[in-house]
Amino acid sequence: MALLEVKNLGISFGGLRAVDNLNMTIEEGSLVGLIGPNGAGKTTAFNLLTGVYQPTDGTISLNGEKIVGKKPAEICQSGIARTFQNIRLFSKMSVKDNVKVALHNQITYRLAESMLHLPGYFKREKEMDERAGDILRVFDLEQFSETLASNLPYGKQRKLEIARALATNPKLLLLDEPAAGMNPNETAELMETIELIRKQFQVTILLIEHDMKLVAGICEYLYVLNFGTELANGTPEEVLNDPRVITAYLGE
Amino acid sequence: MDLVNSILEQLINGLRTGSIYALIALGYTMVYGIAKMINFAHGDIIMVGAYALYVFVGLLGLHPVIAVLLTIVVCSVLGITIEKVAYKPLRNATPLAVLITAIGVSYLLQNLSLLIFKATPIPFGSIIRVPSVKVGSLNISGITIVTLVVTTVSMIALTLFINKSKAGRAMRAVSEDKGAAELMGVNVNQTISLTFAIGSALAAVAGILFISQYETLLPTMGALPGIKAFVAAVLGGIGSIPGAMLGGIILGIIESLSKAYISTQLADAIVFGILVIVLLVKPSGLLGKLKIEKV
Repeated sequence: MALLEVKNLGISFGGLRAVDNLNMTIEEGSLVGLIGPNGAGKTTAFNLLTGVYQPTDGTISLNGEKIVGKKPAEICQSGIARTFQNIRLFSKMSVKDNVKVALHNQITYRLAESMLHLPGYFKREKEMDERAGDILRVFDLEQFSETLASNLPYGKQRKLEIARALATNPKLLLLDEPAAGMNPNETAELMETIELIRKQFQVTILLIEHDMKLVAGICEYLYVLNFGTELANGTPEEVLNDPRVITAYLGE
Repeated sequence: MDLVNSILEQLINGLRTGSIYALIALGYTMVYGIAKMINFAHGDIIMVGAYALYVFVGLLGLHPVIAVLLTIVVCSVLGITIEKVAYKPLRNATPLAVLITAIGVSYLLQNLSLLIFKATPIPFGSIIRVPSVKVGSLNISGITIVTLVVTTVSMIALTLFINKSKAGRAMRAVSEDKGAAELMGVNVNQTISLTFAIGSALAAVAGILFISQYETLLPTMGALPGIKAFVAAVLGGIGSIPGAMLGGIILGIIESLSKAYISTQLADAIVFGILVIVLLVKPSGLLGKLKIEKV
């Protein structure tokens, strides 16, 4: 059984069909790219997968379990986490606290314990600190633990967003244009990071990207969207040499 | 020496009233931070708290400590209920609709209490029986001491809770970006309920301290401290927790000094005048940050 199965997914905003009849099958452990020209409906597809939008039709199943109709927080707990096209960190919170917020659905303690500062509270806070530290170390962000998220340089903010998403312990990680606004060096570093987290966290990744070097470099399979519908899918070589895809990007 | 003494005395009075304003202002600022709305019914929670205490102690004859705890519970439950019934359905409505609903809830609470307890003021003696303390030539009343201790402890506890606990982190995350917090697995509805519960619990404590000082119950008794605490929250920078504390205390001290040395009648005018000046110079309040919209 595939990790993620999307069947006939569609959403309309009034008369606009933003995503239409989208079918995707993502196997566990794979790294898949979702590409397409601006306005093709890629981010809308992410919003459908994470429950931000409710689809007009179609189904989404994660490990065979239907997730359509669930709230974003519940879908996050089922195992889908994401980053955002425009960075949406909790900018007034420290780097470590950003990660700790995402640990919420895993380490639980009762409210009364935290109010009264019972020993259980300290134990679990320590556990969360350690987990957050482990994740930050992978991203080489540990020395910035107490820095406010808004004070990090841009490339590191992008990394922190990925770290925060990984802290929710996802099976499927959605990256929305992770390389947007990065210089070639930062992009190369990001590619290494993505490879690293695949190995370390055993997470399946679906990413939206415009940087074709990155897409061709790391993705194993690609889906191409154009005007909300699926234009092509296949391995990067097949897809990037497909005349229909080239036309969609560059015009006739 | 007499002047120094009288100034010190007024400062302590101001600190006492100001710390009550600060407790109430915290409720306004927390709710604003998380739900982006001004809960104008917040002042009336103080009134409900005072009446609840009166029912538990004056009518049912419960032990004051139990009565205080029950009062806090009543107000917290009321706060959660108001949010669920009146504000939650309007979460995606225009701010104006929410504002008018809040004013409606405020009138509802006032008129319910008018219906139940009638318009005649009810005298209700203080439940705080702590002897006054003499420091040098200053005489500090028991109520003042209790008020200062209770408000200080509440504020420290709240600050620790917000900064160090899981639920506090969730509150900060939701207040910054509700959507992103939800996508990270934070239960937004629960977090908003908790915010209303804590804000209302603080209002209950403020109501108890307030009634111990003024000793008269009136259905409209929450309106003026409510509006002044709102001014305090705006003065400190709405949405900022240290701002609410600072704003409340500054407001209390200005009010007390104006009453003593300028004019009792002009005190409120001076307080609101200072608000106007602060907002002209620093529109975001003393500790508030201006939000720059990135395009």
